[in-house]
Amino acid sequence: MAQADSTLRLQTARDQPSVFKLVLLGSGSVGKSSLALRYVKGDFNSILPTVGCAFLTKVVQVGEAALKFEIWDTAGQEKYHSVCRLYFRGANAALLVYDIASKDSFLRAQQWLGDLESEFLPGDIVVMLLGNKTDLSDERQVTFEEGKAFAESKRLLFMEASAKLNHQVSEAFSAVARELLQRQEEKVDQVQRTKSQVDLNEGSLRQVKCCAR
Amino acid sequence: MDAGGDTVAPAPGDVEDLEATRFSREDAGDGGGVPKGPPDLRDGGLQETASQGKEQSPGVLPSLPQAEAPSGTCELWSPTAPASGTAGQAGDPSDEDWRSQRKHVFVLSEAGKPIYSRYGSVEALSATMGVMTALVSFVHSAGDAIRAIYAEDHKLVFLQQGPLLLVAVSRTPQSAAQLRGELLAVHAQIVSTLTRASVARIFAHKQNYDLRRLLAGSERTLDRLLDSVERDPGVLLLGAVRCVPLARPLREALGALLRRCTAPGLALSVLAVGGRLITAAQERTVLTECRLDPADLQLLLDWVGAPAFAAGEAWAPVCLPRFNPDGFFYAYVARLDAMPVCLLLLGTDREAFHAMAACRRMVENGMRTLGATHDLAAIAGLSNAPSASAPAYSVRAVGAPGLRHFLYKPLDIPDHHRQLPQFTSPELEAPYSREEEQYRLSDLYHCLHARLHSTSRPLRLIYHVAEKETLLAWVTSKFELYTCLSPLVTKAGAILVVTKLLRWVKKEEDRLFIRCPPKYSTPPAASVDQAPHNGVFTGL
Repeated sequence: MAQADSTLRLQTARDQPSVFKLVLLGSGSVGKSSLALRYVKGDFNSILPTVGCAFLTKVVQVGEAALKFEIWDTAGQEKYHSVCRLYFRGANAALLVYDIASKDSFLRAQQWLGDLESEFLPGDIVVMLLGNKTDLSDERQVTFEEGKAFAESKRLLFMEASAKLNHQVSEAFSAVARELLQRQEEKVDQVQRTKSQVDLNEGSLRQVKCCAR
Repeated sequence: MDAGGDTVAPAPGDVEDLEATRFSREDAGDGGGVPKGPPDLRDGGLQETASQGKEQSPGVLPSLPQAEAPSGTCELWSPTAPASGTAGQAGDPSDEDWRSQRKHVFVLSEAGKPIYSRYGSVEALSATMGVMTALVSFVHSAGDAIRAIYAEDHKLVFLQQGPLLLVAVSRTPQSAAQLRGELLAVHAQIVSTLTRASVARIFAHKQNYDLRRLLAGSERTLDRLLDSVERDPGVLLLGAVRCVPLARPLREALGALLRRCTAPGLALSVLAVGGRLITAAQERTVLTECRLDPADLQLLLDWVGAPAFAAGEAWAPVCLPRFNPDGFFYAYVARLDAMPVCLLLLGTDREAFHAMAACRRMVENGMRTLGATHDLAAIAGLSNAPSASAPAYSVRAVGAPGLRHFLYKPLDIPDHHRQLPQFTSPELEAPYSREEEQYRLSDLYHCLHARLHSTSRPLRLIYHVAEKETLLAWVTSKFELYTCLSPLVTKAGAILVVTKLLRWVKKEEDRLFIRCPPKYSTPPAASVDQAPHNGVFTGL
């Protein structure tokens, strides 16, 4: 699949927005699919648990740059983890989702972070911790400060959102997008500093290699 | 139908049931195969309280000794039995709502750990489930296997599948064999998400494992399955899939398109809408000489019809229990061109997502070239009117006044034994728009089915005057037909309606069914031209 990915990236680097792969992780029924659906289709309905993983795309405009998100929405259920893990690979960003009304889901999100750390070098991937379901603030079990403190200790982006009320959903994705673009620019800068003649294609090739490791 | 099922009357309640249905038989007409034996269905003399392990041997049954113990205990245990000893401790089972449900389905592990209950919370039922385990192991210790208990108006059916025990407790008129069929479907559903091998492995490793952890999220799928059985009985009753009515040239073109679009490891491609089949293509190199079982195909159709696949492209492992209960396929599911039409690509490679996505784009482009998108959108568009997204037709299309509903399964498709069983039926309309009425009709169909397929005394033709409708069921070598007619219709009128219906089906059969499947049965060498470089395809 790395091959298919790289051709895709080569094309896109030339004439289309750069493509970033984003995975949604977290335990069951924290609202991963709802967030994705809200973000991509502007829709909210209570859906059945995700089977396996779902793939969605969305092109976003961040300032002058356009970028395309390839969103992998994974099932929170244990039985699908082995399949979902396949699609971690090469991810540029991860949204670690928990339900603010469930302490357990917050702890699970921390475990997911451990899984991510074992797969990626720090700095290879943009991770955002996202507390979903702010509409359930009456039943809140994880405080904003708690989430923020954990995110800061691990150097993650942090936000709270509600897919149901469409509160802060696109903001969260945009924050990830900005961070991704920023890191990409830094990377390109670095490469340009070390090698004088380099084009974007090579940059993206290099990226693929390190991700498919 | 095995072992006499509900033609048997071990409890007085059963006899009443049968009388209420007021059966009268029509020996005329296609009576060639009608047994001329005693016309009374109720004298069946068989019993099925408990019987020896392996089933489907009606001849052996009557001679088996009756297991006294279960029939004695059942009164106490049955949820409706008054003053049940378990009511106090179990919490939930004492609840009147819970007890008044028509049909309960439970899944538990051999160790008695609850896994699934259709109603109520599984936790509250652990005592009830304990009783079930006790019953099963008690009979088991005598070297026997419990299959069914008849208690007043309830039937309790037990099915052991590996380390799982499935139990149905029903007061519907469904026969034990039909209930067993439902339990098998529930089991197949569980196997399709976990595989039989992994279930066995889990319990071999840890006998008191809580399987709910792995099945989390699948309960709703099981609920959906059991709901569909009661409202739309055709699928399970006839063991057939429902096709979307479609002009034959278009369907054939789509079939050819599916066979043309391939990806490495692709085993099966299916086009469906609202859980109904448009067409499918199967690749011989992967599923060598093996026909996809209709039950497996139906499972896939139900699966892709689920709202879980509403958005984006999905990729998930799925096991086909009849094909291979121990292994996974990997399924790619996506809606085409934002239509409700759904493409399922089933392959063997778990990393093939991107190849499958490319294959989908090929199918989409092909459909645009064919100009099929418009037609399919029209079909799918029909669906927006009723509740479910199912392309449908009205019974009025038949043009036979007095006909309210029917199920028709053709049996004369060429090369039938290797053919995909299909059936057709119109939408349920008034007076069957309310849930209770749908249940009632479903019950009536189940009754007729049980009698037609009784192993002890099969019938070919039944004319049944029920309270609110008249039914006629008929099996010949060419078809199996269940019709529901207005209660005012006369016997002669009913024959007329059925004749009209048969003529209509004959006229429409190219549209209603996948009639002439591509030459899947020819040896590979003869049909290589169909797909020169990617093995040989077989259509369904």
